[in-house]
Amino acid sequence: MHPILLAILIVAGIGLLCGLLLAVASRLFAVRQDEKTVQLRAVLPGANCGACGYSGCDGYAAAMAKGEAAPGLCTPGGAETAAACGRLLGVEAHAEIKTCLVRCGGCAQVAGKKADYQGVPTCAAAAQFFGGDKLCAYGCLGYGDCAAVCPYGAIKIVDGLCTVDPSLCRACGQCVKTCPKHLLAIVPGSTRGVVRCASHAKGPVVLKACSKGCIGCRKCTKVCPQGAVTVEDFLASIDPEKCIGCGECAKACPNGCITIFG
Amino acid sequence: MTSNPVFLVVIGGLLVNNFVLSQFLGICPFLGVSKKLGSAAGMSLAVLFVMLLATAATHPVYYYLLLPYDLAYLRTIVFILIIAALVQLVEMVLRKFVPPLYKALGIYLPLITTNCAVLGVTILNIDSSYSFGMSMINSLGAGLGFLLAMVLFAGVRERLEQADIPPTLKGLPITLIAASLVSVSFLGFQGLFGL
Repeated sequence: MHPILLAILIVAGIGLLCGLLLAVASRLFAVRQDEKTVQLRAVLPGANCGACGYSGCDGYAAAMAKGEAAPGLCTPGGAETAAACGRLLGVEAHAEIKTCLVRCGGCAQVAGKKADYQGVPTCAAAAQFFGGDKLCAYGCLGYGDCAAVCPYGAIKIVDGLCTVDPSLCRACGQCVKTCPKHLLAIVPGSTRGVVRCASHAKGPVVLKACSKGCIGCRKCTKVCPQGAVTVEDFLASIDPEKCIGCGECAKACPNGCITIFG
Repeated sequence: MTSNPVFLVVIGGLLVNNFVLSQFLGICPFLGVSKKLGSAAGMSLAVLFVMLLATAATHPVYYYLLLPYDLAYLRTIVFILIIAALVQLVEMVLRKFVPPLYKALGIYLPLITTNCAVLGVTILNIDSSYSFGMSMINSLGAGLGFLLAMVLFAGVRERLEQADIPPTLKGLPITLIAASLVSVSFLGFQGLFGL
């Protein structure tokens, strides 16, 4: 036989054999997937952030298809994703708009430092050295662990303070898990008044560390017409259910640590 | 023991002629999947498995099909064909039985198809005119060497993540520098047991 013809025949034969083997294997090892799971997975954003409480978008889609999870748990997807999932499942879905906020206002100008930290530039590492380089033991360290973990680029470090851009934030909660000082919180989008301080230290201690800290003076509790502001352990907090966003507390606060959103 | 050929071949593949660090084969997964220890080990085990499987398939094909018909010059293309089919098969099996590993390996699993370490080991087995048994042992050594290189380098990279690296070197540049340093360290094994 002609050597070229023989070469073609042998290579083609090997190719055919491999093809047949793969064809049989694809039948044999076929993975049966729930059609609903595939459809649900397609409408989810695919960020795998875990805000829904499942191991990722795949896990959430599988749980929804089984009927174990409600549609609308996906905060990054928002109302559109919730509606799309609801349509596939044949149920009404409501998604609450949520956002992320920072419970610290101690930027570089107002908050003092107790040390010149030159170690690994992450909050996690800095927090291990005597709680970080800030005088305030509760405040934002500003090395941007939250900004690094944010999948949407919504967090920036401005003047050594974590700042969330609400238009970009999808409330996935990655930053909340990352912050070693637990300063970030996921709140309903309707939240108005926010105390931008997390310090439970007594008034004089707070004032030495930061000029924008809450000293627990209770002026805000007195002026609030709704009784929404309470002070506990030298730190004010605002009940978002009662707050109407009138802004009286922000005006009364001597250190200006209350911000009104919206 | 040092004159035992099996021992020499395994040590040769593992340390002296390490496929990644001395012969510079399989650099793509070495740089691509070495970010996390878990997926690096998973990838290496997949490569080891494919290497053994590929050797078992290509060795008889070469000696019983290509050589008798004077088609030795076609071995590269035939081997690539066989390896590609085997990788597809491994992918299907993993997807069916070990979905987490399938997901962790992601795009790098189909990339084993074009992993030169796999093709390299099959061709070097032929070039060294090893018997079938020795070929399998050599593939095992090469695969273990790949595993060793991946695991070592994954450890280095996990530490690099925490290091304060100048901005210009962040990412791939520092990874390449680290890879070259690990490779230089493996030069120390040259001449071990006369290999």
